Amino acid sequence: MPFNQKPEKFAAKINTVTIGNGDKAIALGGESVLPLYTFDGPIDNAPKVGVEITDLGVEDIPGVKAYYEGCGSVADMAKKASEMEGADFVVLSLKGGDPNGEDKPTEDLVAIVKEVVAALGDYPLVVEGSGNVEKDNELLTKVSEACQGTNALIMSAKEENYKTVGASAGLAYGLNVGAESAVDINLAKQLNVITTKLGVNPEKIVMNIGNAAVGYGYEYVVSTMDRIRNAALSQNDDTLQMPIITPVSVDAWSVKESMASEEDMPEWGPAEERGIGMEIMGAAADLVSGSHAVILKHPQSVATIAKMIKELV
Amino acid sequence: MALNGIQIFKMTPKTNCKECGSPTCMAFSMKVAQGAAEISACPHMSEEALATLAEATAPPMKTIKVGAGDKEYTLGGETVLYRHDKTFVSRTRYAISLCSCMDDADIDAKLEAMKKVDYERIGEQMYVEMVYVNYHEGDAQDKYLDIVKKAAATGRVLVLGCTDEAVAKAALDICKDGKPILNGANAANAEAMSKLATDAGVVLGVSGADLNELYDTVAKLEGLGNKNLVLDTTGADVKTTFANTVQVRRAAIKNEDRTFGYPSIVNLSKIAKDDKYMQEALVSLFTMKYGSIVVLDQMSYDVALPLYGLRQNVFTDPQKPMTVEPGIYPINGGDENSLCLTTVDFALTYFVVSGELERSGVPCNLLISDAAGMSVLTAWAAGKLSSGTIAKFVQENVEDKIKCRKLVIPGKVAVLKGDLEAKLPGWEIIVAPDEAVQLVKFMKEFK
Repeated sequence: MPFNQKPEKFAAKINTVTIGNGDKAIALGGESVLPLYTFDGPIDNAPKVGVEITDLGVEDIPGVKAYYEGCGSVADMAKKASEMEGADFVVLSLKGGDPNGEDKPTEDLVAIVKEVVAALGDYPLVVEGSGNVEKDNELLTKVSEACQGTNALIMSAKEENYKTVGASAGLAYGLNVGAESAVDINLAKQLNVITTKLGVNPEKIVMNIGNAAVGYGYEYVVSTMDRIRNAALSQNDDTLQMPIITPVSVDAWSVKESMASEEDMPEWGPAEERGIGMEIMGAAADLVSGSHAVILKHPQSVATIAKMIKELV
Repeated sequence: MALNGIQIFKMTPKTNCKECGSPTCMAFSMKVAQGAAEISACPHMSEEALATLAEATAPPMKTIKVGAGDKEYTLGGETVLYRHDKTFVSRTRYAISLCSCMDDADIDAKLEAMKKVDYERIGEQMYVEMVYVNYHEGDAQDKYLDIVKKAAATGRVLVLGCTDEAVAKAALDICKDGKPILNGANAANAEAMSKLATDAGVVLGVSGADLNELYDTVAKLEGLGNKNLVLDTTGADVKTTFANTVQVRRAAIKNEDRTFGYPSIVNLSKIAKDDKYMQEALVSLFTMKYGSIVVLDQMSYDVALPLYGLRQNVFTDPQKPMTVEPGIYPINGGDENSLCLTTVDFALTYFVVSGELERSGVPCNLLISDAAGMSVLTAWAAGKLSSGTIAKFVQENVEDKIKCRKLVIPGKVAVLKGDLEAKLPGWEIIVAPDEAVQLVKFMKEFK
């Protein structure tokens, strides 16, 4: 007696969101099956991998530094990042704008965005703000203006500033809006609802439901994503059918496991290898839980995750 | 399939004798169906009816035990596909892979590297629980047996990857007391392998060319009376392996197909051989969905640190938050004269706060008291974190060990300051910022 396969198919499906223009554009979502379950039904748009660069220049991680060697500007880095093996899109983080950090003026950052846009052309771009709610009000409005016509994704609109960010990126300049909440299905849903009410097309919204490094409360990320995908597909909840993007690199490289020096922890071996491990395992776990796109920064992680996706989908 | 009350009623004597404590057989049957009564409460059930009921009420996935003594591990026994539906019960176990095709130096190096990974993380000891010893068809039997001996000497649970009956028997003679897994049954040798495993009292691993063949082989083994199995769901490539592993688990839990109600083995040394980074990605994937044992080429700290952290998170019971032991945690070389800070024992809070304190570089002591594993505000609202609990902890556990009399409390419970000053005479109470990320600045500027 053969095994009775029972595919799990749903009538509902995840929205399809396109980032970038022309041949190089990428599409997120569109499937009616659980994450990576190609044995249940087709997944036309495989999950995508983004490469993060920042306005602060090249980071001091040997493999990252070596990759961007010779880049004289952030725009050069963006170009180089877009050519990385396995890369589908580039993520420009403007964290230098954080008032609690470098506090770079908005004009300087917008100038960088313009250069990056010029360097990338139609290639899909995601711009992350400074992370500071107040600053992003102004910064992301100007950034959206600078990105007009690129079909970029602007991250992120949060509960505190979704009106300005949603209105500028989504309404005024026709870009995609990232809706960022903090690892809670109800908060994610609420933000989608109010952003949509503002007039932003639901097919232009990508969720960032929040993340954690593996080992640091990651179980909340898993369960939040599991429940969102479940609500979207089995309950046909159209306020949770937006695809999910997950910034992995920020958390992965800021925990003890990837930061402690080899001098302090000789048995742990090189910090870089540990950071790559944190990034790869976080990204793989995110993808199987429901992310449609992950943001990484190390060339080794990008290549590995892209290869895994290729083998699975 | 679970039975309903009517189906159970048909098996009762229908005499309404009340000996079970229920007024009628029907009422009793309804209680049994809901799990409110045990079928054994009825003294008049036939053997046959009891057997049918036992089968029907058995859990969807068997719990299989491997290893012996303090190295015994439980695999399977899961009842849900998603942790938020209840909880996962048996964490994924990891094995490193040895093979009769490797040379001695290679094998020794892998075993040495494996032994080095042994550390504690939030109350759990982290190490490689198993060693997979693969017999490469045609290699000398003696060489394989030497590796089995070496691997057994490490005290880890062995998984013998061997489809050759004679070799498997010889290997079991060496290591059967450690209750290894004999991963060697397939459609061709199921009967012989099953006898070997049963005679040795060990768990049998089953594989098949595809899910249909695996299904048939398991059914055959069950027919022979062997239900002490694990299923090797490794396929020809990554995609097939993922499909197999998910479908086996889903069939058991969601569709109650008990033939697939066994734990799984996923062998990454077969589908991502010598590709360390790919194995990192896949071991994460199969820890999430649904590998009971995952076999890797080798283990080192750069793999273990993220992996065991992930596993610890995923297998946490959603109803019981992860907590850290109450106590004094010195940070950045803090000593008895260093500033004291306090927060709750919720692991997430502890990690965030201790991480920020480490980043500040300032020596200090982090005092963790029992707050029932809740976050700061929740614990305060529930009365688990109060001036009373903090003062008691400080007086009983801190005052005789620490000379510094400055205590920093979380910004979110600034309201406790006055009370604490009254309850802890001689202490200066300082209020920290609201958010942990502001701690670095706070600590650097604190004098």
